Amino acid sequence: MKRKPSTPPRVTPALVAVHGLKPDEYERLKSLIGRAPKFTELGIFSAMWNEHCSYKSSKIHLKTLPTTASWVIQGPGENAGVIDIGDGLACIFKMESHNHPSYIEPYQGATTGVGGILRDVFTMGARPIACLNALSFGAPSHPKTRQLVGGVVAGIGGYGNSFGVPTVGGEVRFHTRYDGNCLVNAMAVGIAEKDKIFYAAASGVGMPIVYLGSKTGRDGIHGATMASAEFDDDSDEKRPTVQVGDPFSEKLLLEACLEIMAKDCVIAIQDMGAAGLTCSAVEMGAKGDLGVTLELDDVPCRESGMTAYEMMLSESQERMLMVLKPEKEKEAEAIFRKWGLDFAIVGKTTPTKRFIVKHNGKVVADLPIKELGDEAPVYDRPHAETPKQPVLKAADVVPPMNTAEALIKLVGSPDLCSRRWVWEQYDHVILGNTVQRPGGDAAVVRVNDGPKALALTADVTPRYCEADPFEGGKQAVAEAWRNLTAVGATPLAVTDNLNFGNPERPEIMGQLVGCIRGIGEACTALEFPVVSGNVSLYNETNGRAILPTPTIGGVGVLDNFEGSASLTFKAADQAILLVGETKGWLGQSIYLSEICEREEGAPPPVDLAAERRNGDFVRTLIAEGVATAVHDVSDGGLLVALAEMAMASGIGADLDRAPIVAHAFWFGEDQARYVLTVDPGEAGQIVDRANAAGVLAREIGTTGGDALAIADDRSIPIAKLRESFESWLPSFTAGGHP
Amino acid sequence: MQAAVIVFPGINRERDMARTLKLVSGREPAMVWHADTALPAGTDLVVVPGGFSYGDYLRCGAIAARAPIMDAVRAHAAKGGLVLGVCNGFQIICEAGLLPGVLMRNQNLKFICRDVYLRVERSDTPFTRGYNAGQVIRVPVAHGEGNYIADGKTIARLEGEGRVLFRYASPDGMIDPDWNHNGAINAIAGILNDEGNVLGMMPHPENHVEPSMGCTDGRGLFAGLVDHLKQAA
Repeated sequence: MKRKPSTPPRVTPALVAVHGLKPDEYERLKSLIGRAPKFTELGIFSAMWNEHCSYKSSKIHLKTLPTTASWVIQGPGENAGVIDIGDGLACIFKMESHNHPSYIEPYQGATTGVGGILRDVFTMGARPIACLNALSFGAPSHPKTRQLVGGVVAGIGGYGNSFGVPTVGGEVRFHTRYDGNCLVNAMAVGIAEKDKIFYAAASGVGMPIVYLGSKTGRDGIHGATMASAEFDDDSDEKRPTVQVGDPFSEKLLLEACLEIMAKDCVIAIQDMGAAGLTCSAVEMGAKGDLGVTLELDDVPCRESGMTAYEMMLSESQERMLMVLKPEKEKEAEAIFRKWGLDFAIVGKTTPTKRFIVKHNGKVVADLPIKELGDEAPVYDRPHAETPKQPVLKAADVVPPMNTAEALIKLVGSPDLCSRRWVWEQYDHVILGNTVQRPGGDAAVVRVNDGPKALALTADVTPRYCEADPFEGGKQAVAEAWRNLTAVGATPLAVTDNLNFGNPERPEIMGQLVGCIRGIGEACTALEFPVVSGNVSLYNETNGRAILPTPTIGGVGVLDNFEGSASLTFKAADQAILLVGETKGWLGQSIYLSEICEREEGAPPPVDLAAERRNGDFVRTLIAEGVATAVHDVSDGGLLVALAEMAMASGIGADLDRAPIVAHAFWFGEDQARYVLTVDPGEAGQIVDRANAAGVLAREIGTTGGDALAIADDRSIPIAKLRESFESWLPSFTAGGHP
Repeated sequence: MQAAVIVFPGINRERDMARTLKLVSGREPAMVWHADTALPAGTDLVVVPGGFSYGDYLRCGAIAARAPIMDAVRAHAAKGGLVLGVCNGFQIICEAGLLPGVLMRNQNLKFICRDVYLRVERSDTPFTRGYNAGQVIRVPVAHGEGNYIADGKTIARLEGEGRVLFRYASPDGMIDPDWNHNGAINAIAGILNDEGNVLGMMPHPENHVEPSMGCTDGRGLFAGLVDHLKQAA
């Protein structure tokens, strides 16, 4: 049965409110176009002006971030960031959130998150070589957490495995503040030839605009608007706004796109992500200073009787929009047909700078294209600085158990236990280039046949950001930089995925502003520019916000992957060195929350000069082949880092007595630190070299045995550590008690 | 050795396989599109690689098994030509009737990617002559549906005729449910057809061939095929 197109509803204040536009925003819209909008036009505006697409609350702050360096080819503003990695190659990468859909429908929300970020990367001409993800879930005891973990992990695997890209790294955390709002941040990394990168800006008048990929359906209408609203108890009712991922179609789309790009058919290309056809068409026109006319009757539809409004706002997946070189039309169409994909000319570029949409012979929208994109409201929202917390003295933290018991408990805690259960559901070896698999500081992925390789990581410590957004923002960047350094890579650039609560609340806005300031300061100091990113706001449920979570995805390069370092102890009788200063910082540490059940104090400050000095020193040792194992010291502190090295290798260590209060030394989370091993004969001169370079380094023990044996303390068998480390996640996900 | 790698829509380990074939045999394999109806002249070995042909929609391998090129693959096998199906390729050649049995979902119902240990049961086949009987090799698996099963008579025949070439095992070669990650009957990881020229296996030997990538245990399979063809020539 064919549905008759119904008469579009009248635009009333109530309808405007349903579209997420504030009354003053609606007035602005009317004055821009000089009249009241039609129904389809209102939909188009709401899609372009929501927080997700317009960055209206964050824009003025994002502008302060450092985005340039001699190796940056494309900074923020395109589908993804692009950096030069030498030998004529470019790395294209970005991270993006899919938080709200994943909470409502975890499997499909996660799959479409992965699909969307992969499209962002291959739209620019890159073949994806790796994916990462950063996941934040509610407390293990929350009734929804287990189902969300299972669904999200299966969804990420379900898409990436089928698409055929290795998922090589990431992070997983649990905290009660994510109970009603989990975070799914997905990152994709691709490689292209430096002079064959494709952009979104259209050029040339009268050029055909081509619709590629899957058909348009009624799924995901207003998804971006949902992503820009808070949750309440009825949020489960929003399930129909979540789209369904089809990795098979995306794999075909990838191959077809790369083929038409290789045949030089493409002038401009843009994926249809949030706000679908609307956003992609407007961006292509606005960036190219051109108008766009769309003929909706030519759009391939999955269902009959779709209205213009539905077509313009559908977020059906696995679709692209392209401006084609007219003389290449036949060739491009043949390639898409070969791959069994839709190919339809749905419009053309015009000289008018108007965005005109026609349907059933009628003009359903006629809007100024620049204003739609560039004149979105920009807010300098009031922001209140987060009050500083007092520094917690180690003497004020009474250890409730001995070091051995604390370590065994820590490595089996939700935030520190093995993530094997997660990454074994991701194909992390496909493409045959994964040099360092998940479980290390950073993944190392060979580029083409090598010897060049990329190091990849995703990091943030939300509890630090909550306690001090500025220091927390710095720390997220520093930790990503440190993880890349720990495998021997030269850190090059980051993508940032900023997840926060409702920006209309000054204290939340204060977190956003503080974190961005911290990120900017660290990125500047470490020459680690931001080249792409995504902002996800309104992560709140019933008025309670998530922890501020600015996830940093870092990319570094190794000239030769065979020189990369890993965290496994390589042999017995190696000298163990600690690089960096240990004051025993327990404020906001995992020891404090897991062992003492306290979450308080100022987080560890990040001394960026020391960070850089220490990291550069460690990287030099790796390049010289002197460091035989390297691990950064982060969550859980020094003894947890040593335990991870021992568990990964099956080789234990004899450790000297703690030179300061034991639990502060072993579990403090001071920054800018690394553990490394060297040949025993070299230890002395390396410590001397460190001192000469202004780097604090000391010998703390020797590898060997099958336990971590601390002088004058209990010995902790590796077998016991492994049992604790490996059991929590499988047992929790199987229904065991948290 | 002239190899042909069949490419179906949704296949995604064809590049891994092509690189390995080139590396071990020194010759670039032909990449053959599913809609073609003939193999390149002189093809010694047909490889049906891993991936998610047709998205694994309907049933793993079911659609690919009916693609135009499969008649040519069946004809090649019938003439005694060598056929290797890996992962989705194993599923496809089972669906195509070149091997008995099916691959069900892993017993834990999850996709599993990890290194596993395989016991090589025989070394007197073209596919395993690069190994010793009883040797244990380490290779990765990456599948959600690798749980091999067939009816009792078929299993008895496979076992009786020595057609199980690889079994999931412990690092010291013991058959143990703890080391059989997908629950396959008799820990079967790879089987031979009755003529001995078609091998299907779930694990990915093509991902373990380079010393710089950490492990070369998969190399023996390809090196053995090269030797076999050299000898036959």
